[in-house]
Amino acid sequence: MVSKNKTGLPAALLLLPLGLLTSIARADYGYNLPEPAATLTQEIFDLHMLTTVVGTVIMVIVTAMIVYALYAYRHDKGAVPDQNFHTSWFGRWAWVLVPVIVLGIDLSIASSASSTLSSVEDRSKADVTVKVIGSQWKWTYEYMDDDIKVVSNLKKLEPTDPLYLRDVDDPLVLPTGQRVRFLLTSTDVLHNWGVAEIVPKKINIPGYINETWAHITKEGTYRGQCYENCGAGHAFMPAVVRAVSPAEYQQWKTERKAQQAQAAAEASSDKAWAKEELMAKGQEIYTKNCMACHQAQGQGIPGVFPALAGSKIANGAAADHINIVVKGKTGTAMAAWGPQLNDLDIAAVVTFERNSWGNTAGDVVQPKDIKAAR
Amino acid sequence: MSVATAHDDHHDSHDHGPPKGWQRWVYSTNHKDIGTMYLFFALFMLFFGGAMAMYIRAELFMPGVQLANPDFYNNMVTDHALVMVFGMVMPAAAGMANWMIPLMIGAPDMALPRLNNLSFWLLPAAALMLILSILAPYLFPGSGGPVNTGWTLLPPLSIQNGIGMDFTIFAIHMLGISSILASINIVTTILNMRAPGMTMMKMPLFVWAWFFTALLLIAVMPVLAGAVTMLLFDRHFGTSFFDAAGGGDPILFQHLFWFFGHPEVYVLLLPSIGVLGLVIPTFARKPLFGYKALVYGMGVLAVLGMVVWAHHQYTIGMSLFATNYFMIGTILISIPVGLMLMNFIFTMWRGSMTFETPMLFGIAIILMFSFAGVTGVMLAVVPADMQYHDTMFVVAHFHYALIPGAVFGLYAGVFYWLPKWTGHMYDERLGKIFFWWTTISFNITFFPQHFSGLAGMPRRIVDYSIQYTEFNMISSIGGFLFGLSHLLFLYIIIQTIRGGKKAPDKPWEGSQIGTPGLEWTLPSPPPFHSFTQAPVVK
Repeated sequence: MVSKNKTGLPAALLLLPLGLLTSIARADYGYNLPEPAATLTQEIFDLHMLTTVVGTVIMVIVTAMIVYALYAYRHDKGAVPDQNFHTSWFGRWAWVLVPVIVLGIDLSIASSASSTLSSVEDRSKADVTVKVIGSQWKWTYEYMDDDIKVVSNLKKLEPTDPLYLRDVDDPLVLPTGQRVRFLLTSTDVLHNWGVAEIVPKKINIPGYINETWAHITKEGTYRGQCYENCGAGHAFMPAVVRAVSPAEYQQWKTERKAQQAQAAAEASSDKAWAKEELMAKGQEIYTKNCMACHQAQGQGIPGVFPALAGSKIANGAAADHINIVVKGKTGTAMAAWGPQLNDLDIAAVVTFERNSWGNTAGDVVQPKDIKAAR
Repeated sequence: MSVATAHDDHHDSHDHGPPKGWQRWVYSTNHKDIGTMYLFFALFMLFFGGAMAMYIRAELFMPGVQLANPDFYNNMVTDHALVMVFGMVMPAAAGMANWMIPLMIGAPDMALPRLNNLSFWLLPAAALMLILSILAPYLFPGSGGPVNTGWTLLPPLSIQNGIGMDFTIFAIHMLGISSILASINIVTTILNMRAPGMTMMKMPLFVWAWFFTALLLIAVMPVLAGAVTMLLFDRHFGTSFFDAAGGGDPILFQHLFWFFGHPEVYVLLLPSIGVLGLVIPTFARKPLFGYKALVYGMGVLAVLGMVVWAHHQYTIGMSLFATNYFMIGTILISIPVGLMLMNFIFTMWRGSMTFETPMLFGIAIILMFSFAGVTGVMLAVVPADMQYHDTMFVVAHFHYALIPGAVFGLYAGVFYWLPKWTGHMYDERLGKIFFWWTTISFNITFFPQHFSGLAGMPRRIVDYSIQYTEFNMISSIGGFLFGLSHLLFLYIIIQTIRGGKKAPDKPWEGSQIGTPGLEWTLPSPPPFHSFTQAPVVK
């Protein structure tokens, strides 16, 4: 993809030989920053092209000087060294001339960079505020004004699929033409929510809230991922944003709220669930939330993530099992799931774990047991 | 410059040859022997760290997790960096300092020979600790996962790691002590051991470069030692320096780490700039252009390098003022660096150049390091960096800075001084093949990473989506060729040590021009004890 920006031309020329080489294999890769889809990222893109062009020009000049020197001042062509070059007027003043020229280039870059930086840190009132919470290894989005929660997990695909590692089960939905504020935080380690088309990155820090913003100009699906090493699943937590028109966004919000209300009612009912129902639901929850560490057959990864198949906890007292799922285990990657899943979900996943992969606890855990343990 | 030495008629009764057997090396207080040990240690670590890089490129050859689990991959990324920085570049540069500084300034040995012995022998112990940190998850089952944080060891992830992290912390402690001791030794030697008449402004540029390097190390190494000690306390003794839940701050570690980490970059670069300052004038047969400007430029670089650390962490959410400060400070670094590179080009200008292997490396360094400087300015621009941050673009940038800037400078030094060290000329034809092989394969490896990075590929990922496949395949093929070229390097070194054409005292025609060191007044190889009587520089 050659940049559609005017200033992209010199850089594209520079990149051309390699581009040609690789385009033989496939055509759908990028070699520049992705085409911006928001006002702020457009400004940053232009700044990036400015520094790229300035850098390219500097490299051309430096290369030309070296190539000329290599051509003109060769011993085998009988060049005679000028032993007094460093004492000529140029030799005496180069230490002033060179820094002054470099300083000029520096200041012109710094001034446009500084004005873009002020746009990045602009704190105007937002129309939509989304809290982006990173955790090992998924993204949770909370719409602060609407009480909507979206949990994005990696969609499992084959490494040949065009969307391999780039798709999630439930993307973040945002309106175009409105100012969106992102509040970034984390529940465990550092993460970095990055979708280059729409926002400049700020890292997600546990215990802190960072801020960035977007005014999306084009509808579409934008794909990024986690950019701060967060452990074993770092490569496997895509960040996907679906930008839709404001009308469609309103409609999505209404549907979403209805769905959430229904799920909440189901989870808080006093119904005694059958084992089969809990097992089926538990498998779904396990695949989504637990499998990244504890693996498909509950075998874990020796030395890193403990196995659930045959484990003391999964075959021991149900109360201990519930406790570790609800409260987590400090100092390890085991998160506290209490705040993230409802009573029904936790009851289902605990039941599933206690009756799968040869585990023989045999008991059924009900939502009310979880409520009691919280 | 004329020099009166007494090296060829020292027949006093105190003169003795090296001790025999293992005692010569283990008990050594001789700067040449310790220098040799440093260089061999670095050579071993080059292949150790290189093997990890080969695994990394093999894993990234195509999408999908093929060779090992993600934690092992990130463990290799971490230890590749630690081994190359602390185990390879720094010891190699320290080895050259040990060998050459006393010879250049006319000193009989380093100022503190026993300290010198200690600072070397801490290194193998630290290397053992680092190897243990890799093996810990397998040696001690149930002790937690491998060190998977990357060399920055950022909490809270490093708090989650297993016992391997503790081994890494202790390894860093020992490496730090070794560097600090070596640096104190070098500063003392330069200030106190110069031959009569060898004023500071007559010193070869390499000596000046190491003077600033050593000062930087003394200033920043203790900060890293403090930071990893705080990490150790957070892990085992219930403190919360870096845990927000206990009133601490995960970002504090980043500030402490990069307060060390950015000057560390110049610690890696400066010795090689020093080598360039000898190689370029020698083969251009013309004095160094702007010797004073280069000396002061390095001083400015060292000072500026200590006050711009936060450009490694623009995305942590600093205030607008702080971010602006760090951005402008970082961009200003291009002034001393640009001045240095231009001075090297002007040294070539109106010279009379021949292209022996050290010179070829020198020219390649100027060109490729300029390129790293240009991408460095791009990265210094905060809003753009918020897009580049933690992508392969950063990986490409710092490999362009550190491989030409530091490693190729050391190769140039090796070829420049091999005749002096061994008494034999290396095979010039093989040297040139090695130069072209490494330079071309290096560019094939790292140039494509600029593109995959801009397109959005993060660093420290074991697996990637298929849009990055082409660039990674090219990178991996280049990486394997680059790795392979070092077998030739090893062969050239062994061949030169074992024999070859006898090297004259002054193997390079132009080495006496400008501000030469006194090493060329000695035979090749120099006697076990040199300058037992101080030479006089006029």
